[in-house]
Amino acid sequence: MLDAIQRHLIEEIADLHTVPEGAYNIRANGKLDSRRTTANIDIISKTDKSGIDIRIKDGTKNESVHIPVVLSESGLKETVYNDFYIGEDCDVVIVAGCGIDNCGVHDSEHDGVHRFFIGKNSRVKYVEKHYGQGDGTGKRILNPVTEAYLEEGAHAEFEMVQIKGVDSTVRTNIAKLAAGASFIVHEALMTHGQQTAKSLYTVEMNGDDSSADVVSRSVARDDSVQEFEACLIGNTLCKGHAECDAIIMDRARVISVPKLEANSVDAALIHEAAVGKIAGDQLIKLMTLGLSEEQAEEQIISGFLR
Amino acid sequence: MLELQHVSYDVNDEGGNKEILKDISLTIEDGDFLVVTGPNGGGKSSLAKVIMGINKPTGGKILLDGEDITELDITGRAARGISFAFQTPVTFKGIRVLDLLRMARGKQISIAQACDYLSRVGLCARDYIDREVNGSLSGGELKRIEIATVLARGTKLSLFDEPEAGIDIWSFQNLIRVFESIRQSVQGSVMIISHQERILDIADKIAVIEDGRVVRFGPKDEVLPQLLGTASAMNMACDRLE
Repeated sequence: MLDAIQRHLIEEIADLHTVPEGAYNIRANGKLDSRRTTANIDIISKTDKSGIDIRIKDGTKNESVHIPVVLSESGLKETVYNDFYIGEDCDVVIVAGCGIDNCGVHDSEHDGVHRFFIGKNSRVKYVEKHYGQGDGTGKRILNPVTEAYLEEGAHAEFEMVQIKGVDSTVRTNIAKLAAGASFIVHEALMTHGQQTAKSLYTVEMNGDDSSADVVSRSVARDDSVQEFEACLIGNTLCKGHAECDAIIMDRARVISVPKLEANSVDAALIHEAAVGKIAGDQLIKLMTLGLSEEQAEEQIISGFLR
Repeated sequence: MLELQHVSYDVNDEGGNKEILKDISLTIEDGDFLVVTGPNGGGKSSLAKVIMGINKPTGGKILLDGEDITELDITGRAARGISFAFQTPVTFKGIRVLDLLRMARGKQISIAQACDYLSRVGLCARDYIDREVNGSLSGGELKRIEIATVLARGTKLSLFDEPEAGIDIWSFQNLIRVFESIRQSVQGSVMIISHQERILDIADKIAVIEDGRVVRFGPKDEVLPQLLGTASAMNMACDRLE
């Protein structure tokens, strides 16, 4: 059974107040807390290493699977391998995420490696939220890896959110797209204090008419440092777009590294990046509506990260 | 009632100190519908920004209902009942039309109420409520949303800085109707900066600002005939030709 702290972490990362509907696997402090499978979604523990296999049958529609992870024990470090095998013609939602509460002096770290094998013409929405809390001096570290392999006509939409409390993160994301596959990423990231965050995306478009749209919105406050690197590789007739917008505040640093690799004359690739402080006229406009400068700043940031 | 007493506003730029507003004294009575006009660069927008608190005056006093608000910041003046529609509406990433209207109203208004404000500026509300207030909206759409935020505030003094700027001729016809309806429905005072004769025509009072000074101020029936055939009218005509 989860304790109050763990339940709060689950609420933060998965918006869950009760046991989720559909399939789920809740992992707490390195151990399985609870699991439910359905007729179409099976969850099996790996035997060779830590992690699970999630197998979703062909034609599974309008079903969801939640696999939240919570760490409330200081000093716990783990690497977990989760593989998602999604059949053909599916339409599913996968909600992952990790919440760390570290009140101790030791670093807590969760590195989740998620691989997605998405069958022909399937649609997957993947939501990953990361959150940290706790007033200990031990760091909260998350290094997620996602690998997505999209077969013909598959569509994946990844929503990656990390708004609060993670001291150090390196997010590594790889996607490989077959013909007609499309891959969309919306990343929202906020760092503060001394935090560091690195987001790396490499998307290979290997099949005709494949497309990718990687959009990152981030806010860097205090002394935090962010690095965003998006590499789009077009090997054939394809469309790729990457966008990195960042609001920089205080003494923070933001590094945006665009990389486009067109290996075909039919590859159309675009990269946009904009880094800057909150525009003064935006603050003034909201202040004319009666908001204080701090409230205006908050509204601008929360809209930006929406 | 808003009183400007000997207000001046200087800026320091590369060319040295420049007086933008020079000893302006002007009173906007409750319920006034005042149109401020005059040549470009004469100080009209600066005056509106001084009233809103965006520009800090270098001299003089500003009183709202007898209270000295000269030292109040933008938020303080907004709280006391001054609204401002920008000449060039500000755009945002991620903030939706509905969010902006809610902030303007200062509370959680229903979608139906938000739609009402949009309908009043001639926008089909359902198409706009969830749109982001960004560059994907046309200049005319942004302008109407800007005006809707001021309507949503419903304050005792509403300032509009060249609401017609950047609006095409077809939208302009609708805009005049919007201001005619504001003329009838808004309880407080309205100050519009405009070069447009049709907007001047719906004013109660007209102030002409040239070279940082109020050169004419009075009821429309007195000022408008004087304006026609004067340098100001020529300037207005030239502005229109531009």
